[in-house]
Amino acid sequence: MKTMSFIQAADDALAQAMAENPNIIVFGEDIPLLRRDLLVRFGQKRVRGTPISESAFLGAGVAAAMAGLRPVVEMYMVDFLGVCMDALLNHASKIEAFSGGKWTTPVVVRAPCGGGYGDGGQHEQSLWGMLAHIPGLTVIVPSTPADAGGLMLAALKHNGPVIILEHKLLSKTWLEILGSGARETVQFDIPDDGTKGEVPQKWDPIHIGEAALRREGRDVTIVSLGVSVHRALDAAKKLEAEGISVGVLDLRTVSPLDKKTICKEVKKTGRLLVVDEDYETFGLSGELSAVVLEAGITCKYARVCTQTTIPYNRKLEDQVLPNVERICASVRQLMK
Amino acid sequence: MSPDLWSLYSLMLKSRLFEEASAKLWQEGLISGEMHLGTGEEAIIAGVVSHLKDGDAMALDHRGTAAMLMRGIEPVSLLREFLGYTDGLCCGMGGHMHLFSKEHLVASSGIVGSEGPTVAGFALAAQMLRPETIAVAFFGDGAMNQGMLMESMNLASVWKLPVLFVCKNDGWGITTKSEDASGGDFNDRARGFGIPAVEVDGLDVSKVWEVSGSAIENIRAGQGPTFLHAKCVHFEGHFLGFQPIRVVRNPLKEMPKIAVPLTKSFLRIGGASLGERIAGMKSVMSSVITALRDPRRDTNNDPITRVRAILQSDPIRLKELEDQLEKDINNILRKVLGKVQP
Repeated sequence: MKTMSFIQAADDALAQAMAENPNIIVFGEDIPLLRRDLLVRFGQKRVRGTPISESAFLGAGVAAAMAGLRPVVEMYMVDFLGVCMDALLNHASKIEAFSGGKWTTPVVVRAPCGGGYGDGGQHEQSLWGMLAHIPGLTVIVPSTPADAGGLMLAALKHNGPVIILEHKLLSKTWLEILGSGARETVQFDIPDDGTKGEVPQKWDPIHIGEAALRREGRDVTIVSLGVSVHRALDAAKKLEAEGISVGVLDLRTVSPLDKKTICKEVKKTGRLLVVDEDYETFGLSGELSAVVLEAGITCKYARVCTQTTIPYNRKLEDQVLPNVERICASVRQLMK
Repeated sequence: MSPDLWSLYSLMLKSRLFEEASAKLWQEGLISGEMHLGTGEEAIIAGVVSHLKDGDAMALDHRGTAAMLMRGIEPVSLLREFLGYTDGLCCGMGGHMHLFSKEHLVASSGIVGSEGPTVAGFALAAQMLRPETIAVAFFGDGAMNQGMLMESMNLASVWKLPVLFVCKNDGWGITTKSEDASGGDFNDRARGFGIPAVEVDGLDVSKVWEVSGSAIENIRAGQGPTFLHAKCVHFEGHFLGFQPIRVVRNPLKEMPKIAVPLTKSFLRIGGASLGERIAGMKSVMSSVITALRDPRRDTNNDPITRVRAILQSDPIRLKELEDQLEKDINNILRKVLGKVQP
């Protein structure tokens, strides 16, 4: 069986799609260096560097998609979308509706996200809730190499704007650039299953909007995504020893949400715990409670999320981001 | 007026020693995340900051340590912030990229170009609340392509805001050459907004001091913003552990990591024509070669060496000053590391 790292898988699926579709182009800051492997295979016209001008190049990506290209626009970090939100908020998400469904914007926005390496609150956010809040945007958060590749391919075939958020703790490349700087003196709590894993011989698209049940459980259903899926799985193993059976559902896509599977799983256990690295209020965790309530499901509910600006101090940071201890404590509370 | 080279050298060397000490702590794993040093740009910072007075404000980028130190922010609290200690300058919440001092009216940001809006707001408050005070923004050439900085220049121009825009141009936006990412000329851009542009050798602290002194005088007199364009080098590249610099320093270890996947990808079926692939390979290789010939490694580009050469006319005083600064840094380190985290 073939194995790949998280970013390798995403890049490999991208390369497969680029070989099939000459209209796929990739651009963003420092891309000639960051995606040099793609550059030497697909040429400088299709793999381009940009100035540090996010409003210009993301906006241009949206319009280029309208005019026939399939751009993959890379942001250095999801946090920097703050600079150029207009392209997503008022354009990419709205063109299809405004044109009466006649004109779409098949642009893929790729951005590293998430914390756990001490870079401070302006560089470690998740923000998928904010993005998924906007109708018209598809938001993908893979947690394994296989999903990173399969969902990348799906995004490249999707007929609308897709944002793929790649957690930095899952990527050796990003962690080396932003976290360690090739130092051996720093450690990160990296989930092995997310950073390297089995991948198919040839990529097939994974259906967007389909959650994956990572672990069956009878007592509590944890719904999660990204790195938190791995934290939840670690917690589930720990809790098993205490006689609590915890299931873990990996959303994989935030928008659209796989409401059917969420409801099915929560109905089985009657207890829902959301583990979401994004901010707690007005986001995904609250949305999930609405999903089950609207479906008429009665359940106990709790959430482990990020409540404040992420501290720079590594110890404080570890407490603020969802961790195994907080997850276990919440599960035990739900069992009372 | 002529500059006091001794005090400028003292500011610059103190900053250099402080940042070198910080780099060591970063290497030891005591400082987390990205660490952007200002080593190489000390002449620009010292030349400008030594003209600032009480009530003046500064908007800094992700490379703000030198400006903070030279403005008089307490070094122990600064370094304890880098270490993430809860008694650091920002209680361990900001880290080195997000440094703030309300007392000194200094704000920094890790968002490229955001110095523009920040300096415009500081200057608006200065104009309305504190006559004859000014606001200074320090940013790199990469920020010159950021819309919000260009918009802020226009705003500062039409509102005649008391702003000194300082572009510390090292010719690179992370790994992208400035010339590959910037059209036209930066001075012309500023002039296009009706802002006077002055270019100065950013390695020459006397010249920076003179030019920024007269610019700041005009700004204080209510004549509106000025754009100061100064070229410099960053000895450590964009940040510590910067890959191109690692390749240069340890090619045998770093090159295979790059070359193997690169060659595999180059040879894969499907994609561009051979000609385009070769052109792509050439462009990647030329980036590597550019890194190998990086002027950052040339000590002639060190602004500190330059000013020191002049001061060597009085070797006794020079030695006294350097000994004192080294003692100061060691004291700072002792205070920073000696105390356990509360």
